[in-house]
Amino acid sequence: MNDELLRMTGITKRFAGVTALDSVDFALRAGECHSLVGENGAGKSTLIKVMSGAYTRDAGEIFVEGKSVNFRSPEDAQSAGVVAVYQEVNLLLFRTVAENIYLGREPRRFGMIDWKRMNADAKAILDRLGLDINPRATLGTLNIALRQMVAIARGVSFNAKVVVLDEPTSSLTDREVGILYDVIRRLKAEGVGIVYISHRFDELYAVCDRVTVLRDGKYVATRDLKDLDRLDLVCLMLGKQREELERKGATAFDHSAAPVEVEPLMSATNLKRGRHLNNVSVEVGRGEIVGMAGLLGSGRTETARAIFGADNIESGSIELEGKRLKISEPNNAIDAGIAFLSEDRKAEGIIPELSVRENLTLAALPALTNMGVVSRAKQTEIVNNFMQRLGIKASSSEQKIRELSGGNQQKVLLARWLCKNPKFLILDEPTRGIDIGAKGEIQNLINELAAQGLGVLMISSELEELVEGSSRVVVMRDGTRAAELRGNQISQANIIHAMAHGEEKQESGVRSQESE
Amino acid sequence: MQATTTIKRTNTSTIRQRISDAAPTYGALAALVLLLVFNSLFTTNFFAANNVINILLQVATTVLVAIGMTLVIATRGIDLSVGSVMAIASAIAATQLPRGVGVAMLLALLAALMVGTFNGWLISTFDIQPIIVTLALLITGRGIAQVINNGQLVSFANPTFEYFGKGYIGFIPVPVVVMLLVVAAAIFVMRMTAFGRYIVATGGNEAAARLAGVRTNRTKIAVYAISGMLAGLAGLIQTARIGASDAGTIGQYIELDAIAAVVVGGTPLTGGRATIIGTLIGALIMAVITTSFNMLNYPYSWSLVLKAAIILVAVYIQRPKVA
Amino acid sequence: MSDATLTADSIDTQAGVRRACVASFIQKQGALIVLVLLCVVAAFRYDNFLTEANLQNILRQNSMLALVALGMTFVILTGGIDLSVGSFVALAGVIAANLAGQGTIVALLAAVAATTALGLVNGAVISKARIQPFVVTLAMMIAARGLALIATGETAVRVNSLNQGFTWLGRGTIFELSVGSINIELYVPVLIALIAYLIGWFVLNHTRFGRHTFALGDNEEAARLMGLNVGRVTLGVYALSGALAGLAGVILASRLGAGQPTEGVGWELDAIAAVVVGGTLLTGGKGGVGATIIGVLLLGVILNMIKAEGLSSWWQLVLRGAFLLAVVVVQNRLNSRKK
Repeated sequence: MNDELLRMTGITKRFAGVTALDSVDFALRAGECHSLVGENGAGKSTLIKVMSGAYTRDAGEIFVEGKSVNFRSPEDAQSAGVVAVYQEVNLLLFRTVAENIYLGREPRRFGMIDWKRMNADAKAILDRLGLDINPRATLGTLNIALRQMVAIARGVSFNAKVVVLDEPTSSLTDREVGILYDVIRRLKAEGVGIVYISHRFDELYAVCDRVTVLRDGKYVATRDLKDLDRLDLVCLMLGKQREELERKGATAFDHSAAPVEVEPLMSATNLKRGRHLNNVSVEVGRGEIVGMAGLLGSGRTETARAIFGADNIESGSIELEGKRLKISEPNNAIDAGIAFLSEDRKAEGIIPELSVRENLTLAALPALTNMGVVSRAKQTEIVNNFMQRLGIKASSSEQKIRELSGGNQQKVLLARWLCKNPKFLILDEPTRGIDIGAKGEIQNLINELAAQGLGVLMISSELEELVEGSSRVVVMRDGTRAAELRGNQISQANIIHAMAHGEEKQESGVRSQESE
Repeated sequence: MQATTTIKRTNTSTIRQRISDAAPTYGALAALVLLLVFNSLFTTNFFAANNVINILLQVATTVLVAIGMTLVIATRGIDLSVGSVMAIASAIAATQLPRGVGVAMLLALLAALMVGTFNGWLISTFDIQPIIVTLALLITGRGIAQVINNGQLVSFANPTFEYFGKGYIGFIPVPVVVMLLVVAAAIFVMRMTAFGRYIVATGGNEAAARLAGVRTNRTKIAVYAISGMLAGLAGLIQTARIGASDAGTIGQYIELDAIAAVVVGGTPLTGGRATIIGTLIGALIMAVITTSFNMLNYPYSWSLVLKAAIILVAVYIQRPKVA
Repeated sequence: MSDATLTADSIDTQAGVRRACVASFIQKQGALIVLVLLCVVAAFRYDNFLTEANLQNILRQNSMLALVALGMTFVILTGGIDLSVGSFVALAGVIAANLAGQGTIVALLAAVAATTALGLVNGAVISKARIQPFVVTLAMMIAARGLALIATGETAVRVNSLNQGFTWLGRGTIFELSVGSINIELYVPVLIALIAYLIGWFVLNHTRFGRHTFALGDNEEAARLMGLNVGRVTLGVYALSGALAGLAGVILASRLGAGQPTEGVGWELDAIAAVVVGGTLLTGGKGGVGATIIGVLLLGVILNMIKAEGLSSWWQLVLRGAFLLAVVVVQNRLNSRKK
């Protein structure tokens, strides 16, 4: 194609033996907005970092306007006209708008910075994008949307041909998103190509022309958005065939064990936190596994963190066994009998320098101590018991947890909660990034626990896991509860449908909630 | 994904890993042994009993302060105010002595505890960098001590109080006994108590610790309080030993010696680990260097340069491996 | 529903903007207001506060600290800290006193070159080995003090009082102006400090190095992504801090008529306090040399008042630390936007 701005072929990138991108292709035309989508670990951010020079590729080729290029740094990419604007806006809050646009290449006269010209040039660029921003204003006094626009203006000031926008709307309000769309349209009209990453389908369909789907570091497909309905897009992202959606039997969950009538255990009502959570309600009964589905950023993790007191909510209430809880810190939730296995094992789970024993007993310490002294006997008993019961493979309980495999780390973290005999357990992606064997074991264990009367809220992006493991599935979308599926309704097709559209399903979901 | 690669690597490199993990402490121990061997060859009378006791006596106050510092550093913090806290404790003890030794010492320790708690409170509630908060208290604290003493040397003659600095139990000086007791208590806290676990958990991964129910703010306040308290104790001992309170000089630069002892001993400045024995060894290394320079008639100044180099090298070795 | 989010958000933004305005006002002018208030109080309370001699004294006494604080301003603006300046003051003084016989220029240049080189070492270790500035400069503080002691055999080096050129640096006056009964003269150290601040202001506001100094402290990661040479800026600010501390040390030696290896103790704290009290953010990215002048003068006036009040000079330590703490807490509250 002759109007092709950027072509990437066979891009491969490995990190310490892990392949993050496996021979991925991507092409961008002039004047198009091209969306890049995929679930966690799909390789989107790696791809844009290779594209914009932040990473160097291990294999493959990149062409800008037909010329082969080899970026070694973001500056290389910038001078070739490829500019990335990242999710967390990387700008200088105390500096002026103009300085932010020109940092590193300030216009100079006799070695001095030419402030007049810098401000005038910045004004010109902002005008070109239709933005009414004073170039002399301190960036920190602007709201987040305008900061984002300044970041884009900086990109454009490099005479950018390709602008990469990494989740540009994640912290914008609806009105601010409108400003962004205007800017994008102006850029498209000038022939600039835009790579757009977002989890919000409404936005993709509103502003993008084509979409490229990645999954597990591999290229899946590139489609025109006009001809692709949402359900097909979700199927591509999750790697499902539409007709295959009813397939069963891939996980270790056994549906028959799920109770029909449940006694209420935990109910969270109307949780609200900015744009992340919009009046979300969830109930979990005793002995019940409630699945929670949703794409990345849909509010599923946010719900879990709100219930656990890890994030402060603006409003909403949480009840456990009929008692209203006052939760402002995680330890309040823990004292009440709630446990939370975070999705980010490394950042929020393990304490890397401590041993398996120390990690396992961390939450249970208050129960294991007498006058502040940890009882060695009780500790050993618990550690041995759980290492055996969960099949934790470590050279000894004294091995540092960071040396364990992901699956074993996850088991230790699970044991950290189980040894406290919680009443209600929140699992956020309990089987992500661990090997098949450990996965099955953990799934079995969850089932067993539920059978013993524990209530479980299980967040997962693996649909099989949700379909086969849960007695009900709550589907989240854009910070709201989009649907609730129960009994025969629970199928991969219905979950995907709710993730993609939500609207009509949302009605029934809300209604069923009210009728309870 | 990353995890699977770790497991493969684990099997082959566990032993190597173990050694490198232990390296700071064993390294420090080896350095100490090396220094002692060197001294036994080149420094006459180095191992005379009174010299060894002397070195222990010299490090006693530093070790007390350094143990508090170890706990603070294990939570990823730092406490620069310890020297001034020593001065405050010293000034209070000396001026309140007429009210009785018990009251004077109690008031001094209480004041030290309060300063430490104040540090911890500012650091945890306002989320200000520890280095700044404790720097401010380093300046203020010294001033307060001077004001209490009216800027003068307050000397006293009180055998009971002086016993804590000059007395002996058997042939071991009281300060050394106090030091050994505190070392033992600190080892006990770090090994056996939940609090010890919370300290390293807070420093190792604060977010994870909080999600596991650890009250990280309370833990931080506690370590600064303990650091203040131990600095106060060190101030009392030093004052009793001299038989006078000189608020202008007591404890000056002890924060440097303490940090050096901690770092050289193998507790990384990035927190998450603590070795009390290591800190003791670290303090001994620094003291042996000073003493041997003294005995070999090298100028004191060279030992400063050497110490600086040792601190840098120790920090460099322990800096986080991932860029 | 979306309307609700919108209003909630814009209220949030408005409050944020208002808070930012208040914040920037307090940060920019707070120290100045306090300084003016103090001066007014002092003028009414002490008869000799507004005398020429007293004001000259304040300026002269603080001119050396002002130089050290100027360098510290650059370092703190990058988000760093330099604890080695006090030792640099001593080292430079000792070197200059040793070489004073070779000529004033030689002594000055050699001393400043030495501390600049050590400052470069600070910067190089910080940026290359990626060790926290506080540890690196702490080690340098100890080492430089050791070097100063070694260079002198642990005693003071006297400067021959006949060496007029050298003593002029610290004690001389540059011009005298008589207006009626008022006799104004400008002391050389004050003039040097003035010139240094003018250059410092110019560099900070009108050169790339200056702007990049700000950028580094504002958001290092962003600065790196924007293609800034972070290492070079780091080297630059620590070298500058070393150079200015060296200059202050030479002037001090000239004033004292001797190079004292034990001088300059605690100057790093005074300099940090002056910079922060002036309104420069300790976390970097915001502030300036003007703020530092005010900070230096503010601390100087407080000391002057404490003396005039007949209080023991120890109160200045208490107030200085309390001031520093209060300013940092206020800064922190006002800037809680940064997560």
